[in-house]
Amino acid sequence: MITPASETYLLTRAEQPGSHTIEVFKRLGGYAAIEKVLKQGISRSDVTTEVKNSGLRGRGGAGFPTGLKWTFMPDPEKDPRTRYMAVNADESEPGTCKDRVLMREDPHGLIEGCLLAAYAMQLSAVYIYVRGEYRVPYDRLQAAIDEARAANLVGENILGTDFSCEIHMHKGAGAYICGEETGLMESLEGKRGHPRPKPPFPAGFGLWGQPTTVNNVESIFNVPFIINKGAQWFRGMGTEASPGNFLCGISGHVNRPGIYEVPLGISAETILNEYAGGVWKGRKLKGWFPGGSSTGILPAEMISTAMDHDSIKGVGSMFGTGAMIILDETACTVRASRVLAHFYDHESCGQCSQCREGTQWLYQIFARIEAGKGEVGDLEALERISKQMAPGKTICALADAAAIPTLAVLRHFHDELEAHIREGCCPLRSKGEGGQSQSAQEVHA
Amino acid sequence: MALTDALKSEFEELVKKYPQRRAGLIPALHRCQEDLGGWISPEIMEDLAEFFELEPIEVYGVASFYPMFKLRPQGKHVIGICENVACDLRGSDEIIDQVCKLTGAPDGGTSADGKFTVERLQCQGACTTAPMFDLDGVYHEELDADKVAAILGELQ
Ligand SMILES: Cc1cc2nc3c(=O)[nH]c(=O)nc-3n(C[C@H](O)[C@H](O)[C@H](O)COP(=O)(O)O)c2cc1C
Ligand code: SF4
Ligand code: FES
Repeated sequence: MITPASETYLLTRAEQPGSHTIEVFKRLGGYAAIEKVLKQGISRSDVTTEVKNSGLRGRGGAGFPTGLKWTFMPDPEKDPRTRYMAVNADESEPGTCKDRVLMREDPHGLIEGCLLAAYAMQLSAVYIYVRGEYRVPYDRLQAAIDEARAANLVGENILGTDFSCEIHMHKGAGAYICGEETGLMESLEGKRGHPRPKPPFPAGFGLWGQPTTVNNVESIFNVPFIINKGAQWFRGMGTEASPGNFLCGISGHVNRPGIYEVPLGISAETILNEYAGGVWKGRKLKGWFPGGSSTGILPAEMISTAMDHDSIKGVGSMFGTGAMIILDETACTVRASRVLAHFYDHESCGQCSQCREGTQWLYQIFARIEAGKGEVGDLEALERISKQMAPGKTICALADAAAIPTLAVLRHFHDELEAHIREGCCPLRSKGEGGQSQSAQEVHA
Repeated sequence: MALTDALKSEFEELVKKYPQRRAGLIPALHRCQEDLGGWISPEIMEDLAEFFELEPIEVYGVASFYPMFKLRPQGKHVIGICENVACDLRGSDEIIDQVCKLTGAPDGGTSADGKFTVERLQCQGACTTAPMFDLDGVYHEELDADKVAAILGELQ
């Protein structure tokens, strides 16, 4: 049985037929927040303050407080440059697929959030950077912008006031690194997605060198609810340090993989068992990634940990994007590590030698351990390389995303890695010659 | 194929979204690939360089950075199968084998009859409906052997 979250709001509209149209969106209370702000003359700083007081933390992976980020934008009185926001809809972190659903089913919700952000930060334009493969979400958002423009909600003199804002769609082309905020800005400018050294930070030197804020889709999507119902309402859900609900995508070896709206602080075990129907095929849990593939894997014993930033950090991993990936007892952690090491090697932009070389070595070592050709000293090499890559040793955090999960698998599944090297094969698979044993067939079933 | 006048005028509109013309380059590469034969030829890169007031090598530098842009001709149908962790846990390797077998295309190549290109993709944001593939720009999710056979059967 599903214990419903105390209150849900992120997916309620999305469940209604026609939720992507302006007609249904408005009928369900959409655009009320921007109307309230403009018609009641709520000040720009009050909007930012409300977001700040809500305690909303970014849903893109780093968990940075959204309202605080907005205050980093320079005062337009003193700095008259053009100001932008880039909405990060690159969504490429393995395991993560929540923004896709929001954009496809409730595109106006994101547009209303963009309008509120644009009002609060006095932006002249917002660019929504959508990964190129998301064709349906892109088209839905473009259609929604056109509808909103026809309703005088996008463009010049919105709702007859002196507030104007352009919202533009922009298409990426399949590079994970363009989800990193400065890689995204380079890509939006029509270049290779090479992250920029920080500082300078985007608020000072962003798109085309102008003040820019980068926020994730789900972060911005929360804003209209906060403005409508207030920061106190928002703080009624989640925890003190991580308020609100979040979209938990749970994938891998579960009975009902899906995207579930749950309050921050809910136990991972509740999500696994009550929402996702438990580990599939009656098997036992082996390990789980709490928030996408860049967050270190945790062992089964830690499944009762609460899903919020501090609790997950407390057990040595990261909340990340809140996307849980579940491995059952038959899954091989060496294989999963090889798949991911290959991914980071493929996606490294190559600017930093630690990352360019390190991701390649990690991949090669995991691949040879998996193939039964691991050597004595490989585990030490994995650890040494990872520690040379991270933390904070490179231009961006992709190197960390490859290295820190490697250290986690070494910490929690050391025995399994060692057994691969010692036995020259996967201990979960066949030991006999030519062909698979009984248990191996079961594994591959 | 070279850049058409229709695309050029479309791109003149496109670049108005941005304070700098060059920002239109990636969306323009997408449109070229869609309309001009499914890949970005050297000739298209030269035409785009002229349009965006760049050196051809800069256009090549961008086009070659992004996996979605194909720098050589593709099969009539392109099937990209996600091999990342959530899909792998749910059997994407078997889907890859099956697709290669049914299409006659090698893993990461084009079939001899030029009909199918098979490629492996990284996470496509369909992890909760894994395994998945993208067939000519359309996602197919929650795949199993029967579903794959039915989808590909319709193309034969
Ligand atoms: C390698 C890498 C990939 C990233 N990919 C994404 C992404 O696809 N979507 C996203 O919102 N944030 C991504 N991020 C995080 C962004 O850099 C940035 O922190 C985020 O977009 C800020 O939005 P938020 O504060 O609303 O979370 C990525 C970071 C790194 C290091
Ligand atoms: S850490 Fe890796 S991905 Fe990030 S800038 Fe350096 S080389 Fe590129
Ligand atoms: S891992 Fe295949 S779609 Fe995400």
